[in-house]
This record gives sequence, C-alpha cells and structure tokens, in this order.
Amino acid sequence: MSTGITKLRGRRQAAFALRAAALGCAAALPLLSGCAIEPWVKPYERDRIADPIMSWDRDPVSSAYMHHVYEAREGARGATGSAGGGCGCN
Amino acid sequence: MAVTEQHGGVIAKARRAAARVAAVVCAVAVFSSAVHAGVLPEERADVLFHSYDGGGVTIQGPSLLVRKQFAENFSASANYYVDRVTSASIDVVSTASPYTEERTQYSVGFDYLHDGWLLNLGFTTSEENDYTAETFSVGISQDFFGDLTTLSLGYSVGSDEVRRRGDATFRADVDRRQYRLGLSQILTRSLLLGFSFETITDEGYLNNPYRSVRYVDDESALGFSWESEVYPRTRTSDAAAIRLRYYLPYRAAVHAEYRAYTDSWDIGADTFEIGYTHPLEGGWTLEARVRSYSQTAASFYRDLFPRREFQNFMARDKELSTFDSTSLRLGASYDVLRAGWRFVERGTLNIAYDRITFDYADFRDVTRGGAPGEEPSYRFSADVVQLYMSFWF
Repeated sequence: MSTGITKLRGRRQAAFALRAAALGCAAALPLLSGCAIEPWVKPYERDRIADPIMSWDRDPVSSAYMHHVYEAREGARGATGSAGGGCGCN
Repeated sequence: MAVTEQHGGVIAKARRAAARVAAVVCAVAVFSSAVHAGVLPEERADVLFHSYDGGGVTIQGPSLLVRKQFAENFSASANYYVDRVTSASIDVVSTASPYTEERTQYSVGFDYLHDGWLLNLGFTTSEENDYTAETFSVGISQDFFGDLTTLSLGYSVGSDEVRRRGDATFRADVDRRQYRLGLSQILTRSLLLGFSFETITDEGYLNNPYRSVRYVDDESALGFSWESEVYPRTRTSDAAAIRLRYYLPYRAAVHAEYRAYTDSWDIGADTFEIGYTHPLEGGWTLEARVRSYSQTAASFYRDLFPRREFQNFMARDKELSTFDSTSLRLGASYDVLRAGWRFVERGTLNIAYDRITFDYADFRDVTRGGAPGEEPSYRFSADVVQLYMSFWF
C-alpha cells in the first residue's frame, strides 16, 4: 500500500513540476526575448499599464483579507501575491 | 463568554493560516503593492471592516493599514487586524458546543530603495488566548529590461506556540519557512503577465489539540466514536501561479489566473479565476470576479476510520478532504475627495461582496443522521462582506 501511495505521490509531484515548469516557461519566454532587443514598450507607451485598474493589487488590505479567508478554508496555500507591477511609468 | 469547548475547523485552521498569512500580509498588504520596484510604495491609509458568515461561523473585525514615506528612500507601514469569531460550525456542533474568541494581529514593515533595488523587511505577530504566532519577512525586488520586468525574491521565517485551554502543561511549537519568487512582465502596451512560485515548510505540532476523528465503534449507539486527530509533524508545499491582466480598448480591464498546488500530504489543488473591472463616469468603478477551487484529500484523511487507532496519522478536517468551491464577487468603488482635502490627495469608498460555496465529496454531515459513513455529504455557503475607505496622501 505504501508503495502505491509513494507512486501516487510521485506522479502528483511530477505532474505539479511539469505544470510549474510550463507556467514558469510561459512567464520567462518574454523575459528571455527581452535580453536580445530594446524594450518594446516605451515609457511613453505605458499609459494603459499605469492606469490604476491595471494594478495587480489595487486594494492590498482587501486582498490580504481574502487570502486569509481562502487559506483558512482550503488545503492549498502560497503563491497568492504578485511580484509587484513592472509599470515602468516613472 | 467562556471558551472551554472543542474548536471548530475554521478558526483552528485560521490561526495556522494566520501565521502563514502573516507573511502574505507583509508581502501583499505591506510590500508588493509597490507598483514598480524602482519606487517606494505609495502613501496611503486604509480602514476596512470585514464580515464572514457561513456554515454556522461568523467572523468580523477591522483592519487598518497606514503606509508613509520618509527621508526620501524609506517607507514604513503598520497594519492592525482583528478576527472576532463566533462558531457553531459543523465540526463544533458534531462534538462540542459553540464558542467565541478573538485573534489580534499587528504587522510593521519597512522599505528601503537604493539604486533601483527595493528591500523589504517585515514583522507580524498574532495573538489568541491559546495560540501565538510571529513571522519575520525579508524581500528584494529589481526592475530589468527597461523596467519591463520586475523580479522579486522573498523569505519568511515563523515561529508559533500552540497551547490548550484547560491544560496548563500543554505547549507545542511550530516552525515555518517560506520561499517566494515573483515575476511581473509587461508584454504589450495593454497586457501584463505575472508569475509566482512559493515553497512553504512546516515542522512541529501541526494538528489541532481540540480536534477529533471518528471511527467505527459497534459499542456506540451511533455506530461510531471519536478520538484525537494526529497529523504528521512536517509538511512541505509548492504552489505556482500565472496571471494575466489586459487593458480593454474602452478603458476596462480583464484578468485571469491559474494556480497549481501540491504538498507532501498528497493534497493537490487547482485554482482558476477570471475578473472584470469597469470604471464609470462620475467616479464609480465596478468589479466582478469568479473563482473556482478544487482539491484532493490528504493521504491520511478519512471521514470514518474502520477502527480506533487505525493508522499513525489520522485527520477528519474538512479542509483536508476532497472538495470543490466556487466564489462570485461583486464590488463597487466610488472616488471621493477628487479635488483633495488638506493633506489628502484623494480617497475611495468601497464595498465588496463574495458568495462562496463549498461542496465536500467525502466529508459527511453527521448531524443529519444515517448509517455511519452513509450520511449526506456536507455543503454550505458563506457570505463575505467588506466595507472600506482608502486615502492617498
């Protein structure tokens, strides 16, 4: 039985690693392409990105509270915050 | 009110979550609202009242956040948060009596900006009459590639003390470590991409000193009896999330998010979310959001164990069972003080309502009767309301 659980755990972790890698690659592709060329969105073209409605976390007190609500009632945890914005408007 | 009865799952999980969320509070409420790694977080104050009502549990309280810059390169923040809990949840009514209690949390944070690098330090403490949690956080972020990319790294270390009412000799510890990686990327003039990865490790007394599991007992009139739950003393989890945010041509925004999760207890979970933000004339902003969550059970979870002391680790917390959850949010925000007032540049009045439903696949409602292990599956809905004011200065 323990062998079965170990295999199941191994498959789940492998599946998670695959999904995490896919998500990371999806996020990293533009980053890598950015190494080779000039910034493709100029500072004067970032008015839309700078709009408050594009903020990852417009209301930090509210979002922290909802993270707390979910984390108290769900088994999953983590990876809830953003990395900051990357507005580049200033 | 005297609190002598067995604890429900929500607050029990909530206090452990609170310890972890302490880092989230540091990372999200205090730090990561920085729009850009090259600048300090904006100066603002938020006053929030929150209310949760569902499954026989009500939780209410305030949250206050103030963030202020000083000396050009520094920013400081402070957060005060309270949960006032009244619980008659399914866990409580199954084995004990309703109770009330209160949890208070304080957080402070500091940001230092130097040569494009933003350094964050934070400390959070959470206190209840039978649980204390403290968390230190440190983070750093930097922009790259013409400020199109923001990379963030974070680390938190936490220490909890678990106590048990009515047992002055009981004290147990929990140690936590959290490792965070975040990436935010401008893809086009209208599209943002975000990626987060977080590993959390716990070691120590991870179960609840008040909670029980049930097992088949032919000697009992009900056909089952209760014994204390036993969790493993270690847990390691990994979560990865990707987010997209897109600016629509008519000044509105849509966002989508997916998070994958797995841990050493064999819980696997998927979270999906989509949302829409729409500003209106006259200072109003409306928001709608749908979130879907599903998870598989921990390897040592069972609704009904075949016999007493069936295995080394046993749990019957519904939060560790197999279940699905759906949330629907509607929110509205109204701009006030648009012309400013004294030192206040602007402000908003906000209301948000979330309806959350939980459908459990293998957690049964023992209060509704039936043969042991064949009771109806448990389900409930919760209403979450937030009223808050925000001011920028």
